[in-house]
Amino acid sequence: MLDRYKQVCVIIGASHAGVYAAFALRKEGWEGKIILIDRDPNLPYHRPPLSKKFLVNGGEIEKFALKPLNSYHKAEIQLELGKNVQSVNGQEKHILLGDGNKLSYDKLILATGADAFVPPIPGLEVGKQIFTLRSAEDVKEILNGLAHCRQKQIAVVGGGFIGLEIAASLSQMGAQVCLIERELRLLSRVSCPEISDWFENFHAEKGVSIELGKELKHVKRSGDTFVLECKDGTEFSAEMIVVGVGVKVNLTLAKSAGLDTANGISVNGFMQTSIQDIYAIGDCSWHKNEAYGDMMRLESVQNAVEQAKIAASHICGNDKKLSNIPWFWSDQFDAKLQMVGLTTAYDKLCVRKESNSNSLSVWYFKGEKLIAVHAINHPKAYVLGTKFIKDGSILDQNKLQNPQIDLKPDLILA
Amino acid sequence: MAVINFITQEGEKISVEGTSGSIMELATSVGIAGLDGDCGGVCSCATCHVYVNETYRKIVGEAEKIEKEMLEFDELAKENSRLSCQIEISEKLDGIELIVARE
Ligand SMILES: Cc1cc2nc3c(=O)[nH]c(=O)nc-3n(C[C@H](O)[C@H](O)[C@H](O)COP(=O)(O)OP(=O)(O)OC[C@H]3O[C@@H](n4cnc5c(N)ncnc54)[C@H](O)[C@@H]3O)c2cc1C
Ligand code: FES
Repeated sequence: MLDRYKQVCVIIGASHAGVYAAFALRKEGWEGKIILIDRDPNLPYHRPPLSKKFLVNGGEIEKFALKPLNSYHKAEIQLELGKNVQSVNGQEKHILLGDGNKLSYDKLILATGADAFVPPIPGLEVGKQIFTLRSAEDVKEILNGLAHCRQKQIAVVGGGFIGLEIAASLSQMGAQVCLIERELRLLSRVSCPEISDWFENFHAEKGVSIELGKELKHVKRSGDTFVLECKDGTEFSAEMIVVGVGVKVNLTLAKSAGLDTANGISVNGFMQTSIQDIYAIGDCSWHKNEAYGDMMRLESVQNAVEQAKIAASHICGNDKKLSNIPWFWSDQFDAKLQMVGLTTAYDKLCVRKESNSNSLSVWYFKGEKLIAVHAINHPKAYVLGTKFIKDGSILDQNKLQNPQIDLKPDLILA
Repeated sequence: MAVINFITQEGEKISVEGTSGSIMELATSVGIAGLDGDCGGVCSCATCHVYVNETYRKIVGEAEKIEKEMLEFDELAKENSRLSCQIEISEKLDGIELIVARE
């Protein structure tokens, strides 16, 4: 048996999943080496503020560091930042770095996440005044681009969370934002129409122009402005474009190692890939959610953190079981959306509008079973929803949607 | 500067000196068990839940509406619960004792 003090765990990707896994390994008792590698040169940081506070306020990304530098030292985590990993050899158990060096491992964790996706639309090439947003560097480039706009006339492509958050932030910075979405409503992949409509009205009130059912066909540049031409013939002009239409999972390393992949790196319940000493966690993992039963890929902090804990625990032989009920949040202007559970299988909705306030909650059911809650400016609904989903509580749906009845467990439980 | 005392669910007491930022940030910088701060301090996750000892409750002050709502039906919530990302460190907190709510 190998001397466990001399074992090496290499983690590729030092973001929410990778960083959490490194610290969780120590907590679970890993006594060997931990080497945490990322091509991003910055001290690992929280990604959610990139489209929110950090975009609006700018400043130094260190302010949003996941952990201060000295905590890596204390936990004896060797940070290798600004280094790209080129390939993984799963048979010989080593990785190849961009500088040509090889690094051997006993356990490997792939936390390679995803990159921003740019759809193949003629003229839509990231470069001069066309941006995506995934990293701290991207934010700097967007801010730089904004400084070059005379009218601050900006087009955001994509009406999902990232597109909406970018639109809200740029609008708060005084830009005239036009958001172009292909579908007929916002957030169509994740929310019901009630939530979509709420955000459509909200953004419109705040001065964002929301253009739905607009499929971008062509982008032309004329001088300092772009013309965005849609399939239905409408045209929009902008001095700058930010694309927020989704992500492309980073599978290069997984494929170089010959791992099984689907819409992500396939893993079992312990986050092990098809090669047992290699784990995959976070945005890049194609996993089964035990509570909801399906194979899926999730893009959220909660999922990254949870899977990091599961992998670390399994590597240390402790096999932690965790309840993975997904949760997520999005902050846009002064509104907070909180979501718990997954909506994919819902067949019934219960919409609750609180009287005298701008709070809305939507409760998603499959038969009698509550499977998800989306709460806008309504943390109470979110917390209660979480509790009810965990407990498998049965609710009285008529009472639930009656704002005259207080949102309290004893009043709305069936 | 203020000395902040954390007591974990395992009963370990850890004293940390802080000058600015939130209590959650201070705790995550030294890795206090049970205090994770997953949402980065925007009052969305409740993974920074603490109980404030009696003498300091007034000094720490009242929670804002959103924080109160996050806590109202939290299974671990008590009278003296707070989300530590919403508490700014200042000298008047020197000596405070915070029990970490989660394991
Ligand atoms: C703008 C924005 C806003 C968001 N807002 C929210 C939110 O409000 N709430 C929420 O829950 N989630 C939010 N998310 C999603 C959340 O940030 C992700 O789910 C999370 O970052 C996933 O973490 P990860 O570690 O799995 O992957 P990532 O964060 O994608 O990290 C992967 C890392 O791997 C590195 N890497 C990849 N390949 C290599 C290689 N070959 N060599 C070296 N390094 C490599 C990359 O540089 C990257 O740092 C947001 C994401 C973005 C981009
Ligand atoms: S850190 Fe998320 S609520 Fe405090």
